[in-house]
This record gives sequence, C-alpha cells and structure tokens, in this order.
Amino acid sequence: MSELSVEDRERFEQLVLPHVDAAFNLARWLLRGRSDAEDVAQEALLRACRFFGGFNGGDARAWLLQIVRNTCYTWLEKNRPMELSMEFDEELHQQTSATPETLAIIADDHKRLTLALETLPPRFREVLVLRELEGCSYKEIAAITSIPIGTVMSSLSRARRQLYSALTNSSQGACS
Amino acid sequence: MRCDFSDSLLQEYFDGELGGRSAAEFERHLRHCARCATELVDLDLLRDRLHLAQLYQPATASLRWRINARFHPIVPKTPASKPLLWHWMAAAAALLIIAVVLAKLGPWLQVDDYQAELAGEIVDSHMHSLQPGSTMGVASNDERMVTSWFEAKLKLALPVRDFANEGFALKGGRLDVIEGRSVAVLAYERDGHPINVFMWRTREPETSARTGSRQGFQWVDWRKGKMEFCVVSDTKVADLERLHELIDSST
Repeated sequence: MSELSVEDRERFEQLVLPHVDAAFNLARWLLRGRSDAEDVAQEALLRACRFFGGFNGGDARAWLLQIVRNTCYTWLEKNRPMELSMEFDEELHQQTSATPETLAIIADDHKRLTLALETLPPRFREVLVLRELEGCSYKEIAAITSIPIGTVMSSLSRARRQLYSALTNSSQGACS
Repeated sequence: MRCDFSDSLLQEYFDGELGGRSAAEFERHLRHCARCATELVDLDLLRDRLHLAQLYQPATASLRWRINARFHPIVPKTPASKPLLWHWMAAAAALLIIAVVLAKLGPWLQVDDYQAELAGEIVDSHMHSLQPGSTMGVASNDERMVTSWFEAKLKLALPVRDFANEGFALKGGRLDVIEGRSVAVLAYERDGHPINVFMWRTREPETSARTGSRQGFQWVDWRKGKMEFCVVSDTKVADLERLHELIDSST
C-alpha cells in the first residue's frame, strides 16, 4: 500500500473500495463459503491496491472483479483443485444435484437455489452470478472473466439450462 | 433448437443485449415460434426466482472492519502537497523542537502513551464485538433492565440511558476486560454504526474529553465522578462528541 501516492490512495478509496460488496459476493459464490470468501476478498483488495497504478480508468468494478476472480481461481487451484477439473461434467452435475436425502432437508427456495447454484461448475456459476446477482453486461462479464463474448453467451445459456433442470428435478423430488 | 434462431439470440434478447433491428426481427419470430416463446417464459421465471431468493451476499461486517483497518488509517483527509526541500527542512527543525520538548515533558508523555495503549486495547475490543458470533451480555433497550444486570455483575450502579430520541439507540450491555480489569460496555447504534461505551471506576482526577483515532475507528475518552468513559465507533467524531455530551449531562 505504501507504494501508492497520496492521490492514488484517495482515488483507490473512492473508486475501488465502494465495490467491496461485489467483491465479497463473487468470492462467496466461487468459493462457496463465507470465511474463505472473506480471506480471498481481502487478499484481492490488497492485490488491487498493489496493482492500482496499472488501472487506466474505466470501470473500476469490472477491474476489481477481474482481480477477485483471478485470486479465487488461484486459491481454488491451490486448495481444491478437484473442483476446477470437474467443470463441464454435466452428468456428474446432474447426479449430485438432486438426491432424495438432500432434497428432504432443503425446505425453502433460498436454500434450494443456493444448493443448485453451488453445484454448477465454477465457470457456469460465475457467469450467472455476474449476470443475475451483480447485473453485469455481457461486455463486462467478458472483461472480468477474460472469455470471448460468444462464450459468455453460450455459458450463460448452458448455466441457465442446468440451473433450471436442477430446480425442476429438485421440486419433483421434493413432492414425491 | 428446431427454429432458425440460435439459442444465443434468445439469451441476448432476454438479457436486453440485442440491438434495435435484431430485437424487432426476433420479436417477429417469437410470434410464430412457440418453443422460443415458452423458453422465454421459463427464463423469466428463473430470473424471478433468483431475485426473490435474495442470493446476493454483501460483505460481512468482519470483512468490512478488516478492510477499514487496512485502508483507512493510511488515507489522509486532505491531499498533501508535493514534498519540497524546504518542507523537509521545516520537518527536521520541527523534529528538533519536538525532541527538546519531549525531554522536558517526559512525565506528561507517559500519560499520552498510556492513553494510546488504552485506546488500542479498547479499539481491539470494539472490533472484536463487531465480529459475527460475538454476544451481548444483556440485549435490551430497557434502561432499568440493563442497569440491574450490571449491578448484579459488577456491584456498580451505572448511568444507563437510552438516547434513541437523540439518534443513539441503546442495544444492550456486556462485560469486557481491558488492561486486566472488568469494564462495563454499553452498546448503542446510530444510523447502522455500532457504538460501544466503555466504563470503569477510576481514582484519577477528572478530565475533559480527548479524542483520537486508530485503525479507522474514532474514540472519545473522559473522566468524571470517579468514572472513566471511552466511546468508540467508526461513525463521525461529531456523533461521538454528541454522545459524550449526552452521557456527561446524565452523570
């Protein structure tokens, strides 16, 4: 932090710190846990501060979320590498998303949606969280995730389909 | 998808990312394609459910204070000017004067050191109380209930007042240990900012209010009627001074 000039520090406080909620929300959904998300969001903010000299204006939220995302992936690679290798394995996703035992426990929609979202592969989860919870545009999502806009669209489409089917399966299971 | 339009187009339309002409074209298509129309309804339902479930997770209080503590103390309120040579010379001269004054005022300094150390412990305790899972000894805005709780615990009659009308809502009380002795803590809230008032018995002479800040938190400390008070919060200093006045006039 001491590397920043006084002006940069003030700019950082005005532009970046207001997006602490967005940083935490993304980290929480990528890491699926509050306390890990706290640590990683804090780490990401410190990194953002260190690299603030390289921020060339523009969308500070997207810039911060890009760093949060990278910090999350680095953390996942180190601590839970299995989670990243499971991505796009739709069959596995369908198997894990709705067993009668878990469904019996899940009563309300908040819990059911949380579980459905958390069982999506991270790449699908992040585009949905950025689009539906954070309200990002395709362009912003592409900038944050460093994936082309076309892939953002197809990921969103597949993510929604999976979430929808997980929810439909789970409500059917809950009734039976 | 059996229709001529790709799934991406449907997503784009749904997300409001489709330009005017393409959107109009897609809307024409929607009139004839039951499949796309149904899918659009499903997407709407999914979005409604996601929004109704309030899945957004704002930063926790403990992350906020961790970040506050990291970033706030280093951010000066007014922008400093560029360091010039004469600034450094003036600073050197000032340091010399301070060194001379310090040598003369050794005993006084110890008081300030003590004050700083005490404030540090109190701010730590305040931050600890903001963490999730920290508990209140008595959670109530009933002055009498809180007073009698402290009386039972500390054998001490404390000036417990709810200043909700003045914007300081009493939330309860708890015990804490500062510098090895039990102290009473009254919890207030103003505009969502938690405020803690630390109180303990003292034999030191009365003092007027002294203010300071540490790790992004402000504190106001004073002694009156054999009691020492220290108010801590991340709210404005003016708010803390107002609370000091209120407590002062009730003791």
